[in-house]
Amino acid sequence: MKLLKLVPDHTNIDFMRWRNLAVILSTLLTVASLAYTAYRGLNLGIDFVGGQVVRVEFNQPVHIEDLRARVAQLGVGEASIQALGNDRTYQVRLPRPPGAETAANQVVSKLRAAIPQQFPGARVDAGESVSGKVSEELASDGLKAIIFAMIGIALYIWFRFEWQFGVGALLTLAHDVSMTLGFFAFTQLPVDLNVVAALLTIVGYSLNDTVVIYDRIRENLRKYRKMAILPLLNLSLNETLARTVVTSLTVLIALAVLMAIGPEVIFGLAIAIFLGVLIGTYSSIYISAPVLVWLGVTPHSFLKTEDKDSPEAQTA
Amino acid sequence: MLEFPRWKVWLVTLVVALGVFFSIPSLIAGTTLASKWPSWAPHAKINLGLDLAGGSHLLLEADARDALKTRLQSMEDSVATELRRSPRIEVGDISTAGGRLSFMVRNPTQVDAAVERLRTLTRPVAYTGNRDWDVTVVDSTRVVLAPTASGSAQALKDAMGVARDVVRRRIDPSGTKEITVITEGGNRILVEVPGVEDPEALKRLIGQTARLEFKLVDLNANPADVQQGRAPPGSQVLPMAEGGGFMAVQRRVMVSGEQLASARQGFDQDGRPTVDLVFNSTGARRFGRVTQENVNKPFAIILDDKILSAPNINEPILGGRAQISGNFTVQSANDLAVSLASGKLPVKLNVIEERTVSAELGRDSIHKGVIASIVGTLGVILFMLVTYGRFGVYATIALVVNAFLILAVMALFGATLTLPGIAGFILTIGAAVDANVLINERIREEIRRGRRLIDAVETGYREAFRAIFDANVTHVISASIMVYFGSGPVRGFAVVLLIGVVTSVFTAVYFTRMLVALWIRRARPRELHI
Repeated sequence: MKLLKLVPDHTNIDFMRWRNLAVILSTLLTVASLAYTAYRGLNLGIDFVGGQVVRVEFNQPVHIEDLRARVAQLGVGEASIQALGNDRTYQVRLPRPPGAETAANQVVSKLRAAIPQQFPGARVDAGESVSGKVSEELASDGLKAIIFAMIGIALYIWFRFEWQFGVGALLTLAHDVSMTLGFFAFTQLPVDLNVVAALLTIVGYSLNDTVVIYDRIRENLRKYRKMAILPLLNLSLNETLARTVVTSLTVLIALAVLMAIGPEVIFGLAIAIFLGVLIGTYSSIYISAPVLVWLGVTPHSFLKTEDKDSPEAQTA
Repeated sequence: MLEFPRWKVWLVTLVVALGVFFSIPSLIAGTTLASKWPSWAPHAKINLGLDLAGGSHLLLEADARDALKTRLQSMEDSVATELRRSPRIEVGDISTAGGRLSFMVRNPTQVDAAVERLRTLTRPVAYTGNRDWDVTVVDSTRVVLAPTASGSAQALKDAMGVARDVVRRRIDPSGTKEITVITEGGNRILVEVPGVEDPEALKRLIGQTARLEFKLVDLNANPADVQQGRAPPGSQVLPMAEGGGFMAVQRRVMVSGEQLASARQGFDQDGRPTVDLVFNSTGARRFGRVTQENVNKPFAIILDDKILSAPNINEPILGGRAQISGNFTVQSANDLAVSLASGKLPVKLNVIEERTVSAELGRDSIHKGVIASIVGTLGVILFMLVTYGRFGVYATIALVVNAFLILAVMALFGATLTLPGIAGFILTIGAAVDANVLINERIREEIRRGRRLIDAVETGYREAFRAIFDANVTHVISASIMVYFGSGPVRGFAVVLLIGVVTSVFTAVYFTRMLVALWIRRARPRELHI
């Protein structure tokens, strides 16, 4: 049986040739993503701004305007109504009412009681209400989690490799997270708790890729002491290219299936990770590696601590 | 590499077999096979999160201001009782302004005695060296009783513990349901009730403090003063629950809900819903004495500081039974009976977060999630097979074993599977093969470099392991942070990722190495098709 080889045996792609162009482009895109996110804002779900969402399943097709009119009559604020896949399943979202923390919860109770009255046979499938206080906590916890994860992983890389690798990891992560945020700002897909989970997964996954490449760079730095840094990075990237492509593809296959036929509640999570894997694969090549050049990684970076028996280390 | 002693083979096989064995209860749950599963076999199975099983999640927060107010009130009652004790100490009106109790002692020589008596009402707070209230004398005749910060904190903590138990009893009077009621972060209670799709009933039960008090109506009060909220000393003005208006009642609590033995919903002679009360022995005795001494006077029944009714005492009630009627429906009478029977909430609770999912939506999510998992796994398997041939088969076996192991570990730890957890499962399947990809690519590389077969396999496993380990640590770091910071569903996602990372290292590295070693030993291949 002929086995599939997506990447030929002896690739010799000069990745580092385009490193300046790639880094300039990535920096511009990162800044643009952050600026756009700040300008347009994210479509934050009730998890982060408070409010209530009710998901209703009707036993016959219902016109969205009809539903909008009837919800408006309840006097519970400006509803945003969204069809979920068909004209019988809708999601009604209401803003957080002014006043006490408990007011929000009463709105859901009202909606839950009113909808079956207005539309016989309708069923409220899910209802959520999040008060301002809880949503603020969820937002700050989410932010903290992402920042701590980035710092924690960068520290680990520093501990396992050298400080230059830690900085490279941190920059790579910042790039990946900013780009994903930019995507969510651009598409205005709702950002809920699941998307925070996705961002944390991207942080873990993107670094997974970077670590594999860094591991190979470290190995080659020890193996080829006299080789210049750029050819050495190219060699390492080429050697790991097949693995990078195959692994990214397996993860993308799994996620594509989840996006296509999985439950729609976790679509945001799936698409965020899907995108993050693409961005992470790119950044592990074009951010993680070039950073090492600028930070002056040489074979000597590893000599003092790890190769105590070698003659070079003893004279150094 | 080829040195794979027999006992290791048996050990690995045993782990895999146990994994499959312990995952079975979770897989057959809800099907007819479940009843055929032998009783001696393990029954631990994965809990389904509310987003999959359907149910209600409520986050309740104690109203801290209300808690302080209640504490002040109950202290006021204790102070009044203590000072009335013989020899009685005459004092002026007790003021509650500024969250403190203060009063004048009419006879200046009794100030020290008053302070002494109040001190007996205060208690030391554990581990702090402070007492829960400070007693001081101001202007030589005014005694001030102020709550200390540590005392208030301790009181809130105690109140939350009681509130948690009360909430549990109200939601699940029989104590048989699988509900979660836990305190969180000092002043919150998390309630999770599977299967309940209408959280309104829950909210009604939790929303009532259910502080029941019987007090005598103050007949000497001037009706005009009462309507303006002024009451004679020793009395207070309370609103009527129905129809508006106010009534003055004596401050002294004659009988309270704490002296109840039981409460249940019933009907009066006209068929209207009532709440029927049975007092315990102290309650019955006091109820009997008070009604004996106050025949033909109105007796106010007060719930949460509102007067439900003030019926006339026609004759002494000695049997320890009473009936509350009011404007009840069967539902509200039943709710009140349950609330009274479970005891009063020591602090008012507000719903600050609510999430409810119907069982239908949950089933739909499971269905779609399972199908996506199967299709996703098949896609990954197919890709591995066409890419790595025989080694792809090993990776596939490892993948399937990994799926069983994840389920088994989750079942053993009683972990909860949520909808994002299913996504975590699929993602783990995709990411777990990374270890095999790393190993297989490394073996290809070593063969290209001209190493002999066995040497190449050995080097491949050894060299790849370092990267696999470091890469998995990054996953562990981000997943652990998610477990720590995440709430509900996100935590479910992280738990699956975390378990998957650990089991995948076992299956992808150790287990496949064993398969490869056994194959090489048996078949002695000359070249490797990888």
